[in-house]
Amino acid sequence: MSRVFRSPVGVSAAALLAAVLLLAVFAPVLWADRAATIDTTQILQGQSAQHWAGTDSLGRDIFFRVLVATRLSVQLAIMATAVGVLIGLLLGAAPLLIGARAGRWVTAAVNIAVAFPGLLLALFFAVIFGVGMRGAVLAIGFAVAPSFARLTHTLVSTVADRDYVHAARIAGVGRLRVLARHVLPNVGEPLVVNATVAAGGALLAFAGLSFLGLGVQAPQYDWGRLLGEGLNGIYVHPLAALAPGIAVVVAGLAFSLFGEAAARAIGLRTVLSREPAATSQPEPAQPMSAADVVLAVERLRISFGPVSPVRDVGFTVGRGESVGIVGESGSGKSLTALAIAQLIEEPGRVSADRIEFLGQDLRSAKEHRRLLGLSLAMVFQDPMTSLNPTHRVGRQLAEVAEQHQGLGRAQALARAVDRLRAVHLTEPERRARQYPHELSGGMRQRAMIGMGLMGSPALIIADEPTTALDVTVQAQVLALLQEIRASDGVALMLISHDISVVRQVCDRVLVMYAGRIVEDLRTADLAAARHPYTRALLAAVPDLDTDRGKPLTVIPGRAADPAQLPPGCAFAPRCPLADSACVASDPPLAVDPGGHRVACWHADREVSR
Amino acid sequence: MSELRFEEVSVRYGTRRRGHTVVDGVNLTVASGTVVGLVGESGSGKSTLARAAVGLIPLSGGQILLDGRPLPKRTPLQMVFQDPYSSLDPRMTVGASIAEALPRGAFARNAIAAEVTRLLELVDLAADRAGLYPAALSGGQRQRVALARALAGRPAVLIADEITSALDVSIQGTVLNLVRQVQARMRLTMLFISHDLAVVRYVSDTVAVMQGGHIVECGPADDILSNPQHPYTRQLLAAARSGQR
Ligand SMILES: Nc1ncnc2c1ncn2[C@@H]1O[C@H](COP(=O)(O)OP(=O)(O)OP(=O)(O)O)[C@@H](O)[C@H]1O
Ligand code: SF4
Ligand SMILES: [Mg+2]
Repeated sequence: MSRVFRSPVGVSAAALLAAVLLLAVFAPVLWADRAATIDTTQILQGQSAQHWAGTDSLGRDIFFRVLVATRLSVQLAIMATAVGVLIGLLLGAAPLLIGARAGRWVTAAVNIAVAFPGLLLALFFAVIFGVGMRGAVLAIGFAVAPSFARLTHTLVSTVADRDYVHAARIAGVGRLRVLARHVLPNVGEPLVVNATVAAGGALLAFAGLSFLGLGVQAPQYDWGRLLGEGLNGIYVHPLAALAPGIAVVVAGLAFSLFGEAAARAIGLRTVLSREPAATSQPEPAQPMSAADVVLAVERLRISFGPVSPVRDVGFTVGRGESVGIVGESGSGKSLTALAIAQLIEEPGRVSADRIEFLGQDLRSAKEHRRLLGLSLAMVFQDPMTSLNPTHRVGRQLAEVAEQHQGLGRAQALARAVDRLRAVHLTEPERRARQYPHELSGGMRQRAMIGMGLMGSPALIIADEPTTALDVTVQAQVLALLQEIRASDGVALMLISHDISVVRQVCDRVLVMYAGRIVEDLRTADLAAARHPYTRALLAAVPDLDTDRGKPLTVIPGRAADPAQLPPGCAFAPRCPLADSACVASDPPLAVDPGGHRVACWHADREVSR
Repeated sequence: MSELRFEEVSVRYGTRRRGHTVVDGVNLTVASGTVVGLVGESGSGKSTLARAAVGLIPLSGGQILLDGRPLPKRTPLQMVFQDPYSSLDPRMTVGASIAEALPRGAFARNAIAAEVTRLLELVDLAADRAGLYPAALSGGQRQRVALARALAGRPAVLIADEITSALDVSIQGTVLNLVRQVQARMRLTMLFISHDLAVVRYVSDTVAVMQGGHIVECGPADDILSNPQHPYTRQLLAAARSGQR
């Protein structure tokens, strides 16, 4: 939430909302008397120094009446929203509460209700519930409910499919408790944000009902009623109608803007921050045949304050090549990928001697957004967090083409469907119209890959693209990536903790440990790996001849903590070959004639067990 | 500990008319105190069988018996899932997640913390981890918590579905060692599912091979490896051998 306050709109909206709420609390306390003072000598006066917005038919001061009306107006709007949210929550969570089959009927009904304009629904309910405050609160609440139910349904179904919900159900936790404990807290943020936006709408709607005489009744008054009274004399005395009108608009805006600023802050990753001047060192003249190199990285370093989880990383990816990055959790694989895509978030700092993509320097080019948008595709581990749950799949893909390729709406959508077909989604037209949660994990990951293919990528970076998937789907997604690579000459960077996946798919492997590349070799040479860490990784997986009577050999100790790296080789505390040389200084990444790079003082030395 | 038996179990997805059978007439017995390893290719129905056993998916045919009796409504089976990142509620502490799975009413309020500590220690985690949120744990540690949570329910049978495939290779070994150690110590009855034949062989007493919703071969682990009968089993073995250096 604190990100709301980083944008100017967010700050102004928050200030405005705070002012409205303060007024709602204090205005009646401070000025109720002045607003109620009847002065028959001052009936229907225009604007004056004494009465800034004039007086009404009983000579009461309109300006103060508007201020005092803030409380009732805001209160009623909030109550109506609360009613709507509560009903919406119940309806939206229905499939979870009463089972999938009955829930489907509720969902269908909600979908129909959403199609009606809210104000029409409100009028309809106002007639049913009768004239007056309670009737109006219920009417607007019921009118807000369907869209809220739809949102809740969308959010809840994404969370309800998580394994922790399954685990709770297996453990015998009841449905209501599952909802209250596991589901709602995890969808709370977007719900609160949308409720805020809805409160703005409810405020306007309430003013409408009161204006029509269906809402607040005399002697109580809210902005809608003041507006209605003022309107009688609009030609003589316009300010009497304008003042409450302005109040409604300002307060409505305060709620809506704040809600939307908050939504933006939650929904978007803040992007990009690179070390300024410090990186502008002279570029090493490396005359590689530029045409064959898609990506070249030299001395990449990523820091968070004093800690540098990625240090001195350098590699190149050739056209159509597939390179795997393996390493333990926390070794810096994902950060490396994010840095290439210029997605490192504050307070992270990226510095490098070179990050060149298709011959363009990504460190300096301000135009790289477009280049990256068109030519680089990223696929993340969890497609649910990278697809927006509230937008249809096709729309989200189309947006990419609208932004980066300048296609029209219809054209972009057609391309989206075409791309969904290219990633072998069945019934692409129908899928394009569905929401992310209506697709299976594998389908979502295909959709993400399809999104990457909206442009014509030269490189696909896939960060653990199959880890969150059922193994049954992993193989298919990997096959798809392979196929794209083969048919279009696209280069692939596959990040995985699973050395066997990399072995199947990649030509070359980069092994990372504690933020450095410790070995860079062809997949075919893995059997002849030279770094003790690589060899230990290979040995830690059981094979068909492993002795079942003994525990597996594991790499002793814990993964290195980037905040506390030893001065020498970071692997030394866990390495069976470590000696005083290793502890004293960090081995450089040395190349042998075959292009096989390894960073170890004692590469190739046998481990004596 | 108890014996788990699948009798002619079938599971269909989709509607009666349009839909497909994912598990088709499976017969499988997990004898008391033993580990049955279920191995098979992508989409062969392994996870579906597991989910059906714990009641997350309804059966369309056959029955699942525990010690010869139908499963009660509150399932005495527990499951550990593949992805340690989605199997723990990010907004609940580790201790709360484990405590939630304790049999209701079995522990007095003040005994719960002690039981959580005992379970954490069982999976080699220090007691002070109970106050942490999953985000502060590594994948391997989360998977240990998931195992502790499963054991908290005092399960008659434990089902482990691809529990190491989302883990770092360097941690896989530790988790496999732990599973074997806990199983041996508690004489757990266990159904261990993996697509990796080498992993299954390492953990299991009996190996069952699944393909296209059917169990195509089942027998003692050593027999299956030394003398495979079904062509698909031979294919799996050959693939596993060729992957080795
Ligand atoms: N925003 C951040 N602030 C501070 N440290 C961070 C941040 N993001 C990552 N790190 C640290 O950087 C290191 C490398 O993280 P990274 O995500 O690249 O690891 P990884 O190799 O992708 O691991 P995994 O296999 O778990 O995905 C970790 O120690 C992590 O704690
Ligand atoms: S440099 Fe020394 S400690 Fe580091 S990996 Fe090589 S032998 Fe081990
Ligand atoms: Mg990662």
